[in-house]
Amino acid sequence: MSVRVGGAADAPSFPDAAKALVRNTQLRHNVRHATRVIRRKRDQAVGELPDWQQLRDAGHTIKQHTLRYLDSYLQQFEQACTRAGGKVHWARDADEANSIVTGIIRGCQSTEVIKVKTMTSDETGLNAALEAAGITPIETDLADLIIQLGEDQPSHIVVPALHRNRMEVRQIFLEKMKLVELGDRPDDLAQAARLYLREKFLRVKVGISGANFLVAETGSVCMVESEGNGRMCVTLPQVLVTLAGIEKIIPTFRDLEVFLQILPRSATGERMNPYNSLWTGVAPEDGPEEFHVVLLDNGRTNVLSDPETSETLDCIRCGACLNACPVYQQTGGHAYGSIYAGPIGAILTPQLQAMEHSQSLPYASSLCGACYEVCPVKINIPEILIHLRAKVVERGHGPLMEKVTMRTAGFMLTDGARLGAAQKLGRLGQIPFERGGQLHHLPGLLAGWTAGRDLDAIPEQSFRDWWAEREEARA
Amino acid sequence: MKISLFITCYNDTLFPETGKAVVEVLERLGHRVDFPAAQACCGQMHYNTGYQKEAFPMMKHFVDVFAGADAVCVPSSSCVAMVRDHYPKMADRTGDAKLIERTAALLPRVYEFSELLVDKLGVVDVGAFYPHTVTLHSSCHSLRSLHVGDKPTRLLQNVRGLQLTELAESEQCCGFGGTFAIKNADVSAAMLSDKLRCVLDTESEVCTAIDNSCLMHIGGGLSRQRAGVKCVHIAEILASKERP
Repeated sequence: MSVRVGGAADAPSFPDAAKALVRNTQLRHNVRHATRVIRRKRDQAVGELPDWQQLRDAGHTIKQHTLRYLDSYLQQFEQACTRAGGKVHWARDADEANSIVTGIIRGCQSTEVIKVKTMTSDETGLNAALEAAGITPIETDLADLIIQLGEDQPSHIVVPALHRNRMEVRQIFLEKMKLVELGDRPDDLAQAARLYLREKFLRVKVGISGANFLVAETGSVCMVESEGNGRMCVTLPQVLVTLAGIEKIIPTFRDLEVFLQILPRSATGERMNPYNSLWTGVAPEDGPEEFHVVLLDNGRTNVLSDPETSETLDCIRCGACLNACPVYQQTGGHAYGSIYAGPIGAILTPQLQAMEHSQSLPYASSLCGACYEVCPVKINIPEILIHLRAKVVERGHGPLMEKVTMRTAGFMLTDGARLGAAQKLGRLGQIPFERGGQLHHLPGLLAGWTAGRDLDAIPEQSFRDWWAEREEARA
Repeated sequence: MKISLFITCYNDTLFPETGKAVVEVLERLGHRVDFPAAQACCGQMHYNTGYQKEAFPMMKHFVDVFAGADAVCVPSSSCVAMVRDHYPKMADRTGDAKLIERTAALLPRVYEFSELLVDKLGVVDVGAFYPHTVTLHSSCHSLRSLHVGDKPTRLLQNVRGLQLTELAESEQCCGFGGTFAIKNADVSAAMLSDKLRCVLDTESEVCTAIDNSCLMHIGGGLSRQRAGVKCVHIAEILASKERP
């Protein structure tokens, strides 16, 4: 089995990617504006529910219960889905999932496929695999379409084109849809997308969707969206394939009561999504004639195997942690190297890859705790980040200079007398760099600090020395 | 009462004035301050950066030094967060029953400075005078781990001469985050620039907080910009008095 999370294994480190992104004026402006708007809407939608904390607890409890008995719920889903006329496929990794999907499309003699709401297909790199097999994937979610036409990468798990503003979208549409004229009002852009996509909905025979929830009890798939493009994508084609991670299972239909409250409020600040689609197998004369579900592991069982971090799989992909994260607000999603951006990406991507890659991600956080505060299923992201950092260090992947510094500091900071000695050494060491109580340019590990800000110099007398002097004077 | 001061390693080294101010305020209120000289560091930097092996001896040392204290005062919410949020789990992991018990017994007696004043000692007016315009930065740990609420605000509102201004987006991190500021220097500096914009918009002379770590970061940015605004720990404001 070879786990792959998009191009994450070869992506530049977070600090390297971020270096360029924080200098991108347009992106900074767009991301700051968009996250602020969604944050405000989310706070309002959450604030009006008196039982919000209980809903979070319920979401967390249902997800934790499901993960504990995941094997039996997955089998229950397979049985129910099969009974309803669907076909369930099991994919151990990205390549297996891609070849299953490619095989299904080839079986229909189609050279095109319409897609909607499937981040998981970005995880497996499905589009590239389809193109290699001579099949053209067409994204039909508006934001995903903007990304595809712009030959860009998604930067947010709910609002993939969040880093683009209206004028940029207009430019992409003008060029790629080969239009002569196009206004820049939201209506103009929506109309252009509608005309472009409608023809594809009516023509293409195979559709691919993602899933927000898989209901074990009934074998149903639940998908929520804002545009209705998803509804068309899962009802118009003759053949429908749903690609979903195994953690998308919930036990019963009734459990949607909790998740369909917490998801829209957290994701877009809406009480309810405009479109909530639920389908179970196939029905004669109604929707697709053939329905497949591909259940993907791709490292998820790795994540489950560590009890300290397995709650990472509770995630319902609402994106609230991205909007709340002050780090994400500066960089947008591209710095995180995979479809999974922001705090949840920082814990999910490295774990899916069994900590073999993406080891700068657990450090891409100031541990401010804003993500945990808004998470609707109470994933303690800061705790998991700290746990993953320990794994990085355990594996010996910390930078050498950091290791040496930390070991030395560890020794100095375990005893008052040793700390006192270190203070004296520090005072001597800073002499060449001190100007009026401030340090402006430091070498080595601290160079990054003084590149952007000054640092207080170590004063003449430490507190402990002052105290000792005072005690002496008193005696 | 007798209050044991855990000054924290970086306050001890970089911000001795904060420690002196804490002593001044507590003695002014009639309490006796004790400073166990064996104390060193809570281990937060190591623990949060992944060097957990190095953090364990610091945790044990802290528990040893303060096990007998009636109350421990810490002028740093992030160090208190380290002790409260992580020590019980760390102690559990050692499997040492005695350490687990001593840690559990000590924790309820560890107070952040503003918590100690307001919750334990029941004081919001410490008799301070500070004739300046001040804005309060709410540090992440004070907000989301300690949940100190309006305690620092109430303490500042009772300082004579002090004009408190409201800081926009005060729940946002300043970008310090310990080693984050070094490992992700560019993003940290970008976060800081957002914070500085809000601080400068208040047109205050002073930015305060219950954590010198954030203040060192915000102050470093203000100093680099020659902004003419300084950062002062809340203890130093509360220790200020009208000159006779």
